[in-house]
Amino acid sequence: MTKETSLEDRFQHYVDAENKIEPKDWMPEKYRKTLIRQISQHGHSEVVGMLPEANWLTRAPSLRRKVALLAKVQDEAGHGLYLYSAAETLGADRMDMVKDLLSGKAKYSSIFNYPTPSWADMGAIGWLVDGAAIANQVMLCRTSYGPYARAMVKICKEESFHQRQGYEIMISLANGTPTQRKMAQDALNRWWWPSLMMFGPTDDLSPNSAQSMKWKIKRKSNDELRQEFIDKTVPQAEYLGLSIPDKDLKWNEETKHYEHGEIEWTEFYDVIKGNGKCNKQRLIARNKAHDNGEWIREAANAYAKKQSERKKHQAA
Amino acid sequence: MDTKLLEYTLRLGDNALILGQRLVEWCGHGPVLEQDIALSNIALDQLGQARMLLQYAAEQKGEGFTEDKLAFFRPEEEFKNALILELPNEDWGFTLARQFYFDTYNYFLYSELLKSSDENIKAIAQKAIKEISYHAQWSAEWIIRLGDGTEESHHRIQKSIDDLWEWTGELFTKDEIDLFAENDNIGPNLDVIKENWHEKVSQILEIATLKKPEAEWMQSGGKQGSHTEYLGFILAEMQSLPRMYPEANW
Repeated sequence: MTKETSLEDRFQHYVDAENKIEPKDWMPEKYRKTLIRQISQHGHSEVVGMLPEANWLTRAPSLRRKVALLAKVQDEAGHGLYLYSAAETLGADRMDMVKDLLSGKAKYSSIFNYPTPSWADMGAIGWLVDGAAIANQVMLCRTSYGPYARAMVKICKEESFHQRQGYEIMISLANGTPTQRKMAQDALNRWWWPSLMMFGPTDDLSPNSAQSMKWKIKRKSNDELRQEFIDKTVPQAEYLGLSIPDKDLKWNEETKHYEHGEIEWTEFYDVIKGNGKCNKQRLIARNKAHDNGEWIREAANAYAKKQSERKKHQAA
Repeated sequence: MDTKLLEYTLRLGDNALILGQRLVEWCGHGPVLEQDIALSNIALDQLGQARMLLQYAAEQKGEGFTEDKLAFFRPEEEFKNALILELPNEDWGFTLARQFYFDTYNYFLYSELLKSSDENIKAIAQKAIKEISYHAQWSAEWIIRLGDGTEESHHRIQKSIDDLWEWTGELFTKDEIDLFAENDNIGPNLDVIKENWHEKVSQILEIATLKKPEAEWMQSGGKQGSHTEYLGFILAEMQSLPRMYPEANW
């Protein structure tokens, strides 16, 4: 047995015994790389995810809703920060990660490439998109990498508030005027399938999942998480009096789960390929913010440098 | 109903609302995540203050009025915010320069409103002053950083400081509403605020190696309801949904 395999075996035993891996612990290079990729993508998703909702900040229809939405979008920026910091504990550099996002090299959740033409989208995103994210993130609270797990605990607390915020918007719309009910149904129609796709390809087509499960980075499969989400969400739609846009959806008394219709994976891959309505706009917006902010970041650095030189000078 | 007190309350509330509305435009587009969060925080504080003040104004107006009715169903000329707050954000430097001028004013104003003879305004000021103190500190620090940062930032922030100057005078020009507030000890004597403001602004600009503008002409009219061309667009956007569906609750 080579030294490397024995280290890997020890690592696996350590993980199997439900221990958390910490930044200074030995870890297989592929574990580190997988995590950096996953955590940075997650961070990018939070940051890009600000845009579809920020789209409604100036037009939120009441002051209370405006404040709640702003607080939510601001939380997402905070989540981006936690996640970039967690990735940095693995040796990644935040600027490099940001550059990869801006150049289009790094991925982020495809869901944010869908447009938000209606106020009801603020409800549907909170309810469905955050709901799907929570299913995934609750699992990640128990992920094997310590800093990621701890960041998730913090994030999950805020996400459940976001989901309530979204569902509350849906309640108001669903109980409102006929136009508002129509808005709510239309948003559900547009966000339902993309939300199911957020969990990723079906288990048989998800090649990296097995290793991630073995390392306990992931603790549940894509299909398991998707099923949990559907089981939880269908009764919520019923409570709203809205219909899920899936004619094949039905309750299975034996399995005690909902069965759902076929997912249009071609759409999923089209959006991933960059053909979603907003892929280009999202990256343009991020690049513009970055480029326009360059002189500000440079000035802050230059000033900090001057200050530390002044202090040295004074001390000398 | 005391129309002068109402007018005074609306001016405070509209300042907070229109500034908050402008600042939310930055959310998701700031120069770096930390500062995106910081500015959103300030926007949240301003909108929170706007809500308290407009709730108080709605209470004074009586039955059928709410904060939302005031925010979403008044036309331009009934908005009483200072003109400086409705100017477009332009670049981050311009937004910060406006924050610096306004936060400094707001800090001295709300420090005095803590002594207001009007219990509601006093209570709102007690909550708001903690937030505003932080805003004033944050924006002053940024003016120093940009003024004493790089050559580019120095020139750019100087230009914003200069361009915004003519919009500051209105904050200190007394009209009958200000005199009423002063005489009834609801609000401060604006001459005192003006003096404090000039002192603080001079001090910070000097540390920032920036020149204090000297132009004397000052724009005015916002607090009497006579606005720039910009407010109409702010309202068109902000009010669109409630006005399109006036019977709806959100």
